[in-house]
Amino acid sequence: QPMDGSSFQCVILCLCSAEYPDLRKHNNCMASNLTPAIYAKLCDKATPNGYTLDQAIQTGVDNPGHPFIKTVGMVAGDEESYEVFGDLINPVIKERHNGYDPLNMKHPTDLDSSKIHSGLFDERYVLSSRVRTGRSIRGLSLPPACSRAERREVERVVVDALAGLKGDLTGRYYSLTQMTEKEQQQLIDDHFLFDKPVSPLLTCAGMARDWPDGRGIWHNNEKTFLIWVNEEDHTRVISMEKGGNMKRVFDRFCKGLKERLIQERGWEFMWNERLGYILTCPSNLGTGLRAGVHVKLPLLSKDPRFSKILDNLRLQKRGTGGVDTAAVGGVFDISNLDRLGHSEVQLVQTVIDGVNYLIECEKKLEKGQDIKVNIIPAHH
Amino acid sequence: MPFGNTHNNFKLNYKVEEEFPNLSQHNNHMAKALTKEIYAKLRDKQTPSGYTLDDAIQTGVDNPGHPFIMTVGLVAGDEESYVVFKDLFDPVISDRHGGYKPTDKHKTDLNFENLKGGDDLDPNYVLSSRVRTGRSIKGFTLPPHNSRGERRAIEKLSIEALTTLDGEFKGKYYPLKSMTDAEQEQLIADHFLFDKPVSPLLTCAGMARDWPDARGIWHNNDKTFLVWVNEEDHLRVISMQKGGNMREVFRRFCVGLQKIEEIFKKHNHGFMWSEHLGFILTCPSNLGTGLRGGVHVKLPKLSTHPKFEEILNRLRLQKRGTGGVDTASVGGVFDISNADRLGSSEVEQVQLVVDGVKLMVEMEKKLEKGEPIDSMIPAQK
Repeated sequence: QPMDGSSFQCVILCLCSAEYPDLRKHNNCMASNLTPAIYAKLCDKATPNGYTLDQAIQTGVDNPGHPFIKTVGMVAGDEESYEVFGDLINPVIKERHNGYDPLNMKHPTDLDSSKIHSGLFDERYVLSSRVRTGRSIRGLSLPPACSRAERREVERVVVDALAGLKGDLTGRYYSLTQMTEKEQQQLIDDHFLFDKPVSPLLTCAGMARDWPDGRGIWHNNEKTFLIWVNEEDHTRVISMEKGGNMKRVFDRFCKGLKERLIQERGWEFMWNERLGYILTCPSNLGTGLRAGVHVKLPLLSKDPRFSKILDNLRLQKRGTGGVDTAAVGGVFDISNLDRLGHSEVQLVQTVIDGVNYLIECEKKLEKGQDIKVNIIPAHH
Repeated sequence: MPFGNTHNNFKLNYKVEEEFPNLSQHNNHMAKALTKEIYAKLRDKQTPSGYTLDDAIQTGVDNPGHPFIMTVGLVAGDEESYVVFKDLFDPVISDRHGGYKPTDKHKTDLNFENLKGGDDLDPNYVLSSRVRTGRSIKGFTLPPHNSRGERRAIEKLSIEALTTLDGEFKGKYYPLKSMTDAEQEQLIADHFLFDKPVSPLLTCAGMARDWPDARGIWHNNDKTFLVWVNEEDHLRVISMQKGGNMREVFRRFCVGLQKIEEIFKKHNHGFMWSEHLGFILTCPSNLGTGLRGGVHVKLPKLSTHPKFEEILNRLRLQKRGTGGVDTASVGGVFDISNADRLGSSEVEQVQLVVDGVKLMVEMEKKLEKGEPIDSMIPAQK
């Protein structure tokens, strides 16, 4: 007699419960949202390329997390992971992205940098400006799952397309396997070189496999536009310069990201209207954009209201060494908190308005004046 | 199931040249043996549990090796890996184990009474004695590949088996994920506690997945017999004690192992073993006996003698620092153990250690008196 649906489900539940991870000591988004029922439903599924739920959650099982920092705890092995494992990924996305619901919301993409205003900061305070994002090539598996051939194909497609950049974006590619020691030293001095990942968040997800095969760095001759190939994502795209001209940084960013370069060769970026740009980590969906500055705020940063001010402005602070580092000499890395549900233009404007406001606060404190914290900038 | 390799059939859409790893900077046994032809032949195969060639070689691709130390660069995901990927495992095994041929047979001898002597190593020089090996439980896949469910079943079976032991073997199991702070400190003080692997040789092969789930340590009340569950192998079994009575250490080792094996057999999960490869373990370097029998011995004079390395070679022994593999020796104290694993029996390998260490202690004593040792240098064993 064939088993009815509920008996079958019971059998799967029994088999799957032997496999269910022990997440009692865990504090990451995956652990907060995975249930035995979801696991039973998805444990025998695979994407067309063969990526499974166990693979997607391995990094979150292996890295219980930190009591204060909540990591995501899962990755996508390919574009289809976001569909096939939707029952888990969607609540993770909702938790990570401030309530954004992929099932009934749409993400706006806007890379028209002409809409930006007031994007020139006071350079007595802002030391450097930077915008980064990532892009994935549709049809090729993502870093946790890709084979060597796929990774090499990503490299080929990207390097080929970048050869089409002209003018101030003209540049060249440095393959990690073939760069000379001199080139390597120069890239280190420029703070461009990325290392083999050591963070277990990445290594447990399989992103460092076959290192350094298929990895490299492309940058323009002026060293203001940089692309990492096959690190944590297919590509990480960075526009930067010293000083406070965020408008110019974003202009260059949008110009360099023009998809037509790969479209001309028959490829496109992974993107859909629910999730925006598809990247390896659910935390980078939507715009995948982090726009930030290194800014001197020695007085404001000591004010007990600093964190609250940043929260109100939808900004986050980091030390100037990057995530998890401490600030040095009162200089902070200030950037947008959000990635999904707001467009690139909106997020960059948020950073511009927010940083301008922070500088105004710092100036007030310099003069011994007080700052009012309930002021909420117009766009919010 | 390690990352990125379960979509094996999908990868077959790419040509061999496109998938073949770049091993130009590599110096490990796998890199020496793997050719495009072998890769082409094996890339579409998988074991019944779904383990593939790319899975097996990942650790060797990710760890190019060291110019002076030759790592293996290849692991087995299950018993069948050694058969399905024979065309690669055979040359690696031959290279690693002194020319061992695919047609050779391995002799297992765990009869401790066949050991001659070994109870009289001078405790003024020999500080401690230890014998370890590994065992894999038939019917389960190995640490690079096994699932949480399998690992937990292995733990459960192991606890059942070990808790039935009595007499000198009566002891207790400490699961890694629920030991108390006091228990943990005691295990560290006894040098029993093993950590989550940090060596990329192991992590790149997927052996640290889901840590510390289903991992643990069992030891007898006397603290002379210890079993690690689900670290680099299903079981690592260690017999040890202070001083130089290697005979007693080996006796306890053999008796304990045989008792444990009987219990696993009763549950229809005996140890993985074949006539050709002996005991089947995760790393090809541990095939055969999987046995490392050794001592911590004070040889401050002999170790600085120009012929020290040659003496060790001839005795078929190897040296390590007292912190284990890749550590330096401290105060002239060395860890001396057998170099071979496959092609000779447990008794033969421990005999080499016993005889070799006895000789080296005598040499040390001679050097202390300022006498030469040239006439004592042994022939190649």
